[in-house]
Amino acid sequence: MSETVEKIKVTIDGNTIEVLPGTTILNAARMVGENLVPPPAMCYYSSLNGSGGKCRTCLVEVSKGSEKDPRPMPKLVASCSTQVMDGMEVKNNTSDKALEARKGVVEFLLLNHPLDCPICDQAGECHLQDLAFEHGLAHTRYEFKRREFDKVDIGEYIKLHMTRCILCYRCVYTANQLTNQREHGILNRGDAAEISTFIEKNLDNEFIGNVIDVCPVGALTDKTFRFKSRVWFTNPMDATCECSKCSGEAVVWMVGNDIARVTARKDKFGEVKNFICNDCRFNKKELTDWNITGPRHISRDSVISANHYEAPIPSHTILLNNA
Amino acid sequence: MEQTKIEFPPHILEEVNRVIQMFPQDKQKSAVIRVLHIAQAQFGWLSTDVMDYVARLLHLNPIEVYEVATFYSMYDTKQVGKVKLEVCRTGPCMIEGAEKIVSYIEKKLNIKDGETTPDGIFTLKSVECLGACGYAPMLQAGEAYHEHLTEQKVDELIEMYSKNNSSVNYMGQ
Amino acid sequence: MSRKLLLQNDHIEGIQSYDVYRKNGGYQSVEKALKQMSPEAVLEEVKKSGLRGRGGAGFPTGMKWSFLAKPDGVPRHLLCNADESEPGTFKDRYLMEKIPHLLIEGMILSSFALGANSSYIYIRGEYMFVLRILEKAIQEAYNNGWLGKNILGSGYDLDLVVTPGAGAYICGEETALIESLEGNRGNPRMKPPFPAVKGLWQRPTVVNNVETIAAVVPIINHGGEAYASIGIDRSTGTKLISASGNINKPGVYEIEMGITVEEFIYGDQYCGGIKNGKKIKACVPGGSSVPILPHYLICKTASGADRLMTYESLADGGFATGSMLGSGGFIVYDEDQCIVRNTWNFARFYHHESCGQCSPCREGTGWMEKVLHRIENGHGKMSDIDLLWEIQSKIEGNTICPLGDAAAWPVAAAIRHFREEFEWHVNEPVLSQTRNFGLVTEKILNPA
Repeated sequence: MSETVEKIKVTIDGNTIEVLPGTTILNAARMVGENLVPPPAMCYYSSLNGSGGKCRTCLVEVSKGSEKDPRPMPKLVASCSTQVMDGMEVKNNTSDKALEARKGVVEFLLLNHPLDCPICDQAGECHLQDLAFEHGLAHTRYEFKRREFDKVDIGEYIKLHMTRCILCYRCVYTANQLTNQREHGILNRGDAAEISTFIEKNLDNEFIGNVIDVCPVGALTDKTFRFKSRVWFTNPMDATCECSKCSGEAVVWMVGNDIARVTARKDKFGEVKNFICNDCRFNKKELTDWNITGPRHISRDSVISANHYEAPIPSHTILLNNA
Repeated sequence: MEQTKIEFPPHILEEVNRVIQMFPQDKQKSAVIRVLHIAQAQFGWLSTDVMDYVARLLHLNPIEVYEVATFYSMYDTKQVGKVKLEVCRTGPCMIEGAEKIVSYIEKKLNIKDGETTPDGIFTLKSVECLGACGYAPMLQAGEAYHEHLTEQKVDELIEMYSKNNSSVNYMGQ
Repeated sequence: MSRKLLLQNDHIEGIQSYDVYRKNGGYQSVEKALKQMSPEAVLEEVKKSGLRGRGGAGFPTGMKWSFLAKPDGVPRHLLCNADESEPGTFKDRYLMEKIPHLLIEGMILSSFALGANSSYIYIRGEYMFVLRILEKAIQEAYNNGWLGKNILGSGYDLDLVVTPGAGAYICGEETALIESLEGNRGNPRMKPPFPAVKGLWQRPTVVNNVETIAAVVPIINHGGEAYASIGIDRSTGTKLISASGNINKPGVYEIEMGITVEEFIYGDQYCGGIKNGKKIKACVPGGSSVPILPHYLICKTASGADRLMTYESLADGGFATGSMLGSGGFIVYDEDQCIVRNTWNFARFYHHESCGQCSPCREGTGWMEKVLHRIENGHGKMSDIDLLWEIQSKIEGNTICPLGDAAAWPVAAAIRHFREEFEWHVNEPVLSQTRNFGLVTEKILNPA
């Protein structure tokens, strides 16, 4: 196709940017760069078809619909699933209405969340934790019993802790789009909805481990890493390996000289671009399995960066290593 | 408990095929909702085996059937009685005394809302609006609507269904 | 006497059957349309009629039809929304049960106008007995050449199928209905794309309520202008109202748009007044989702004008002092009814029916139910009332589909108009358990 597609203009919080038609407000905001903190996204995942629109954390105010029809949109819109129009003006962090609504959404998301961060493996890299810190209230107004589910093992390597789930559906899309047969899904409805296999079934597929990486909270965790270390005590390193199933490009999270866990590489919006196979993720835990290429860049705001290279190595680990 | 073989008899299979053919050729997933009704009528409730059977019939992943079966409130994924007495409890029915009807049935059958009688005949369940607001209070048993309920009418219904309950929940075909 | 366009023959013995229906003028509109009119001409009549969607939103039907995308070689579909589940609404069931062929006749006309060759009636699963009536009628229509190939030699083909849901209010939302028809969970879709562009199986689709489709029959028989001559303002034609609650004659009534609310409640040919000589306390005029009106805003608007049974008049005053015609589910409450209890009951309904896809509705509806339950049972705190207001305001407008709004509005309106009653529940936890509402009602009926 030789014809050039004409770009369209959108202004977000005063930053004007030109994007291709069909771009969503959220992706346009992500393209702006350093001057703009894009809307938070708990369910949208750019590489997963059909994701987005559900969590409502990315609500923004459209103060001008387009050059052609400048009327503002009557309601806040989900920026992850609303496409920009030429001349559109969007208020993201400059809209009191949107910030107020997001605060509401955070409260809703935390309503039934156990707030068990001190014992949750996701703590430190949890998007809900970040979201609550940036947009939430300091206390909860919910005084009723929280929803609870039993923890279940779904397969040899994955723990499902449904109580923490925010029903973003990402793991379902992942299984649909990355594996050849989906075994788990959303069961029941309303606030009784849950991620489940219905009958305790193993999620057994070469790429199913990626559900752990796409999970924004600690609902799906890596059993080979459970309770081994807090993430902020680990040293994440970029590493590669020869793999016939996937790119072999991963991050190995080191505790001392041990590989505590392996994950795919996430971009600055927390999204995996190259998914990795189960073999790389769960079975390659020896230094000899990997070619370490350098330290993984982690955002300076993250607690993982806070005591990055000075992480105290638990004494028992040193002992074991020296043994 | 006697074990029913999870397989539709030929005349039901014929009905299932009629339902499948209501939709374009590659869209047979559309038939799942009605086929699940038929299956529930045939086997009493939707056990995992029943749902797996439906999945095979429609060439679906079992999880796709579980997802649907657990979403809709008419499906029972746990065993229920032969006759489900579903009393509407919403708005207009409430003003017209639905709660009294529920507690009357509870007392009469000596079960609580949501429970099944020990003989496995009746299950009592209060449900949301059934679209009979002008004829309240009401209950649904199988496919039948019973409206303008009174205690006397409930007595009669329970007596009737105690005697004849073989095909009450027969739905979907 | 009000003119009737839909239910004029509902009293005729055997009108359910094809022969009787046909003898009483049935299917004449199809003859007229297929022999004398083009699809565009049918659409033009519907536009002229001013017909608006009868499912609740009141969107102009002709306009909705004209949005339908018509890409070459892609089939289009008409879906009839017979998932009637809005508490207080039972008119579609009445119409389908009594005069099934009227819906089929309307489906043929509408499908013809839209160029759809396969159409579906999606009916709530609990109405299985109505589905059987429709299936029988559809078979009769096939047998008599009104459905199938080359109808009346016009070259127009139409297949019509009726298919059930299985218990989910949310499937009355048009994209949830489409999902359900595709055999999925009834989760509403993100819009855009709208069904008119990508609907059933990603094909252009129109979804219309039962009554809307049935109304196309008199529009074609008498002409769009004749239809539009009935009614007031942008509320044209007749409307089916489902009347329930504490009235003498609950049931389904066909009214001419524009009669007064007072006539509807107290007139002998309609509700026949409040039961047992009681006073009216409140009214929900358009199904459980619409704001409840206190007694002094039912028959008169805030400005003192007569309140009429029209889209505009019922909405007069906005949410501050008005409500909505909605689906026409007209629920009347007498002085003995407890508004807190009713609000809790509705909140429980929306909690039960939330699909759980988006967080404000999934979490907020349950929270509202719990807080209302606490107040209703004498364990409430004064701050709960403001908390409820906060929760509903955080749900409204922030969800994927209108169920969030539908759950928020009844709570907001109850607090707006009946705050005293909520406070009374908090202040008098024991007394309020006696359900003796005389005291509060008197206060509300005669504000100082």
